[in-house]
Order: sequence, then C-alpha cells, then structure tokens
Amino acid sequence: MTCMIKLDKVSKKYGTGVFALSEINFSVDKGEFVFLVGPTGSGKTTIFRLLIRDLLPSTGSITVADFDIVKLPHGKIPTLRKKIGFVFQDLKLLLDQTIFENIALSLEIAKVPKADIKKRVEEALEKVGIINHKDKFPIQLSGGELQRAAIARALVLSPDIVLADEPTGNLDLETSWEIVKLLESINEKGTTIIMATHNTEIVKNLSKRVIGLDKGRLVRDEPPSRKASGVK
Amino acid sequence: MNPLRVKLRGSSNMILKTMWHNIRRSPYQAFTAVFIILQTFFVVSIFSFAVWGSAMIINYFESLPQVDVFFRNEAKQTEIDALKKQLEESGKTASIRFVSKEEALKIYREQNKDDPLLLELVTADILPSSFHISSVSINDLSSIADNLKKSLIVERVVFPKQVVSKLIEWTEVLRKVGIALVTFLVVDAILIMVIIVGIKISHKKEDIEIMRLIGATNWYIRWPFIFEGVLYGIVGAILGWGLALGALWYATPFLSTFLHEIPVFPIPPTFLFLVLGIEVLLAIVLGGISSFMAVIRYLK
Repeated sequence: MTCMIKLDKVSKKYGTGVFALSEINFSVDKGEFVFLVGPTGSGKTTIFRLLIRDLLPSTGSITVADFDIVKLPHGKIPTLRKKIGFVFQDLKLLLDQTIFENIALSLEIAKVPKADIKKRVEEALEKVGIINHKDKFPIQLSGGELQRAAIARALVLSPDIVLADEPTGNLDLETSWEIVKLLESINEKGTTIIMATHNTEIVKNLSKRVIGLDKGRLVRDEPPSRKASGVK
Repeated sequence: MNPLRVKLRGSSNMILKTMWHNIRRSPYQAFTAVFIILQTFFVVSIFSFAVWGSAMIINYFESLPQVDVFFRNEAKQTEIDALKKQLEESGKTASIRFVSKEEALKIYREQNKDDPLLLELVTADILPSSFHISSVSINDLSSIADNLKKSLIVERVVFPKQVVSKLIEWTEVLRKVGIALVTFLVVDAILIMVIIVGIKISHKKEDIEIMRLIGATNWYIRWPFIFEGVLYGIVGAILGWGLALGALWYATPFLSTFLHEIPVFPIPPTFLFLVLGIEVLLAIVLGGISSFMAVIRYLK
C-alpha cells in the first residue's frame, strides 16, 4: 500500500506553552478511511491544520502525498492544498456567493478552464445530492445541505485526500448517517479519507480504522473492526 | 483555442469578476476612492490647460514685431514728428502709428465702457500719447527700443521681450505652484487609497482566509485589489479631465473676451486627448502603486 500521510514524532506547542500534540506517530495508506476520535480539545483539528500546513509542528516530521510539510516552501502551500479536499468544521462557505459559485471557486483558483467549471461543479453537486440548490445562497440551505455543499467543494478537484473535520457535528443522526455514507462512497472510489468526529455511534457502527486522541496524545490506533454492524 | 490562452483568459475573467464583486460590496469606499483621484486629476488638467494657455500667450507676444513708445507729457508734436521721421529713415520700421492723448482716451473709454467709475477718473491729460511701431524683423526690436529710450521725449518703451520675460516669470510661478499642489494631492490620494483598499481587505479577511485554505496563491488574492485600484485611477482620471474640460468650456467665452486677439482658443483636441492619455497612464501607475502598497501592507 502507498503511504499517503505520515506523522513522525509530531508535537505542537502553542505560544501559551500548552502542548496541543505530543509525540504523535501514525501513517495512513492510500484509499484508507480513518476516524480521528477524541473529546473536544484533544488535538484533532490541530492535526488537520498541520496536514494542510496551516500550522507548523514544533518538532517531528509530516509527509502528505510526497510533500514534506516542514520543509515545504511557502510558495508550494497552495499546490499542497489543491491536492487535499478539506471539509471544515465551520464549513467556511462564502455567504454572499451561491452554492455553485462557492464550489466553482476551488476550480477557478486551480485555473480550470471556464468551459469545464460548470460541468465539474454540477457533477460534484450531483454526487452530493444538492444539484437543485446550486443557485441558492448558504443562508437558504439546511445544516445537512450545507455540509453536502462543503463536501462538494472538497471533492470538486478530485483530491487524493479528503479531511473532514466534524462533518456531522451539528446534524441529527439521520443526516449524519447520510453524510457518512456519502464520505464512504467517495472512499470506495479510492480517495483517502480522515474524518474527525466524537460521534461514537457512527464510529461503532462502521468497520473503519480508528485513531484516538486525548489531551494531544495518541491513545488508540485500532484497525477496522469485523464486529461493526455497518451503515444504517 | 490554445490551452494557455484559455487559462490566461480564465484567470483575467476571475480577477475582473472578483474585482467587480469587491466594488459592489462597498460602493461608498469605491466612490470615495474615485472622488479622491478625480480631485487630483481635475487639478492636473486645469494646470495643464493653464500651462498650454501661457505657452500660447508667450508665443503670440514673441511673434509680434511691435514696440510701444509712450511720450512724456511735455513732448511737443514737432519733436514727435521729428522722431517719427528719424525712425522711418532708419529702414527698420514697417509702420508707425501715432496715438494722440484723445485717441488714447477713446480707446480707454471703449475698453472700460462698463465701469463708469473708471471712466470718471481718467481724462485725456493723464494718458500719454504714443507710437505703435511694427518692425520689419523681430530681431530689430531691441535696437529700435534702445534708440528710443535715449530720446528725451520718451517716457517708457514697451516691447514683447519685456512682456515675454514677464510672462515666462509668471508661467514659471504657475508651473511651480502646480507641481507643488499636484504633488501634495498625489501623496494625499495615494495615502487615502492605501487606507481604502486596506479597509476593503480587512472587510474581506474571512473570505481571504477561506480562499487561502482552499489553495489560492497570494497573488490570486492580491490581483483583484490591485486591478481595483487601477480601475479607480482610470475612472477618476477620466472624470477629473472631463470636469476640467467642462470648466474650460464654461469659461471659454469670458477668457476669449479677456485675451482679445491672442489665439489661445479653441485648444486643439489633439492636445486635450494627449493630456487625457498622459493622465490615464499616470492614474494607472498611481492606482496600481497605492493598491500594491495596501496589499503588501495588509495581505502578508
């Protein structure tokens, strides 16, 4: 298996002196689906921010799809970020732009020709099931629909890796399952997915690898369980 | 179509789209920026027109082969006639026209017919009689003037060289004042534009952060702001020039009357459009520099 992500003795100490992460080691292979679990403040979001070089580790090394994150020149950060689809915890959709424009933005940034943009955005919206809402503004959509829009934006550039930070955080159980099923279907096509969550119900019911964090330390790294009852 | 051209066209479309979006989101700031640039280029245009006018006036006087000689009150007609004969014999004069005190009063009355107070104060006695001499060549003006100055009946000799040097002095002052004022306004415009673009960047901080997180390069984010500054510059320059042109058009009848036969008007369209072209180029530089300074300062 090709290694997509590798963290080697990664620690992150903030300016306040607080350790957000301590000596984290794990790797994720291409095509894997990994749950990153842990209570609030355990370091899940910090790991994601390190993976997209929004932060630099205090010590240790990180490799993401052949990019050495620590040594990555500043000018190469946009290239790295175009290879990672990120579903942000707070979605980060532009409120004054339609869903179509929000998703098209990723393609425009990647300098995809205008003629291809419409087709690719519509494909992504079709995939996440909100094509009918393409001309609406974020404020007109429900929580689940917004989450789907954020996933569509993460997918539209066909990234090798999708990082989803608490994508079910504010959703009811039924919608949460729909989102997870969506991510699972994306994973089945070969995309590596890391999903941060503290929804134990979902984690228990899916046979996926689980990496657990607590107070910035790796406390659990379990392979996919055979007992999982599968998607509801 | 060539894929590179498609890509470049896509990028410029995106820059223009984002720029237009930024302008629509904060129209008052856009208006302020345009207004500041407009003020600067209005003043630049007015001074350009004034400098053109002065150059035309100087040219006019330089091309006049004329000397005006004013006689002392006590000068007798026989002495004046003798001087006239002497001048005619020199061969340097093309024509000599004598203007008596009465004729001078007539001219004065005609020029000031709308101001009764000025008419009341002046009588033929206090106006000098004079010669208006045209020389064969402009090069003879100095020698004619020097000879006349030696005459005891001559009070004052005025010829274009003096007028021209006075006008050049005034034009120089006008130019210096213009340069100082324009420099002040340009610095003012740059500082205000930096602040306006800075405020716009601050308002879009969250959007910029999102764009960065999904892979936008610094220049992808910066270009729309720089183009926005350039657009403000171009619009401000065209409006400033247009406004100055309007003012010039409004003042033309008055200025034409004031300048009499001096051929300043109409200002040729080629000159007006040359001023516009230079101003637009300057505005592009001014708008570009201001917004570049702002993005470097606020988008590190």
